Amino acid sequence: MNAPAAPAGSLLTAEELRKAYGPTLALDGAGFSIHPGEVVAVMGPSGSGKSTLLHCLAGIVPPDSGSIMYAGREMATMNDAERSALRRSEFGFVFQFGQLVPELTCVENVALPLRLNGTSRKEAEKTALDWMRRLEVDDLAKKRPGEVSGGQGQRVAVARSLVTGPRVLFADEPTGALDSLNGERVMELLTDAARSTNAAVVLVTHEARVAAYSDREIVVRDGKSRDMERAV
Amino acid sequence: MSIGHTLLGLLESGPRHGYDLKRAFDEKFGHDRPLHYGQVYSTMSRLLKNGLVEVDGIEAGGGPERKRYAITDAGVTDVERWLATPEKPEEYLQSTLYTKVVLALLTHRNAGDVLDSQRSEHLRSMRILTDRKRHGDLADQLVCDHALFHLEADLRWLELTAARLDKLRAEVAE
Repeated sequence: MNAPAAPAGSLLTAEELRKAYGPTLALDGAGFSIHPGEVVAVMGPSGSGKSTLLHCLAGIVPPDSGSIMYAGREMATMNDAERSALRRSEFGFVFQFGQLVPELTCVENVALPLRLNGTSRKEAEKTALDWMRRLEVDDLAKKRPGEVSGGQGQRVAVARSLVTGPRVLFADEPTGALDSLNGERVMELLTDAARSTNAAVVLVTHEARVAAYSDREIVVRDGKSRDMERAV
Repeated sequence: MSIGHTLLGLLESGPRHGYDLKRAFDEKFGHDRPLHYGQVYSTMSRLLKNGLVEVDGIEAGGGPERKRYAITDAGVTDVERWLATPEKPEEYLQSTLYTKVVLALLTHRNAGDVLDSQRSEHLRSMRILTDRKRHGDLADQLVCDHALFHLEADLRWLELTAARLDKLRAEVAE
């Protein structure tokens, strides 16, 4: 069931990941690899360990054992500050719900990661607007998240996830709260934007129609992963 | 799909030659499976025999004669009846995949592998359709969506079966 050794040119690879939450084994020898510009769907039933895999890959939670290499560096050897810096500048995140700060306008939300990295307000909002234009939500710049629809809010969240020019975008059920049409548009814009910047996308989903936007899929079951492309 | 009814329906907008009919059919409905000329002419002969179309004119050229067909009142009624009759949903019971899963369990092979490779194959088709949809017009999108929803339904069955493999294994062993 485990993925074989990472192929050459991988940006992010994981091998033999194990992670337990108390008595529950969430990951049991899972592996993963992704190249720049690639969209990989992580599929599997609820509770299979796919979100835990994403959290480990993104350096949000450390695995109990196993190896995660990002751009040639073992993540376990990085300290907290280095991992935080990585998440702020090299990684982008899109989740299903509640990602936007309700008190800020949409453009301020999109600009936020740049502001946290020390970019001036003017420069940050200019870049943010460019991304909002690409995600077709620039007309919402001055609105607050409470004033936009779910689909629009999710596009704003995608713009925010890409504003720092991340090399890896982690998307956990990014269309889970949207209807089919809005979900598809978000996936089209997300994958187009990521491909245009050569960002790798780790796409966690249980929906086949969403996974169909990926280049290949990895199936996680009982904490073990199976790379379908390399299994064939 | 009933090719006869579809060709009849296409004739409702006005008389056409067999070649024009084929072209209209392929353009609108035959993306993956264009009609053969033989199919068009054998279908038109049948419709002619049944009084659903009539020959509206014949052009003599250098090659074979070109008949122009027109729909008759009986043809229009036939199209109406066809459109008003709902299609019987396919039942899919005893599908090949179900048989493969049960056989794998009976022979102590890995039924999970059967499901995994089928999921992969379905997703491969879904990727092709999704890509076609992204670059196609609205008609393409609707046709692809129809296929995508069916493939998705298969996959939902597949995931449910994957979750019930242990139970199924116990049942087929009895």
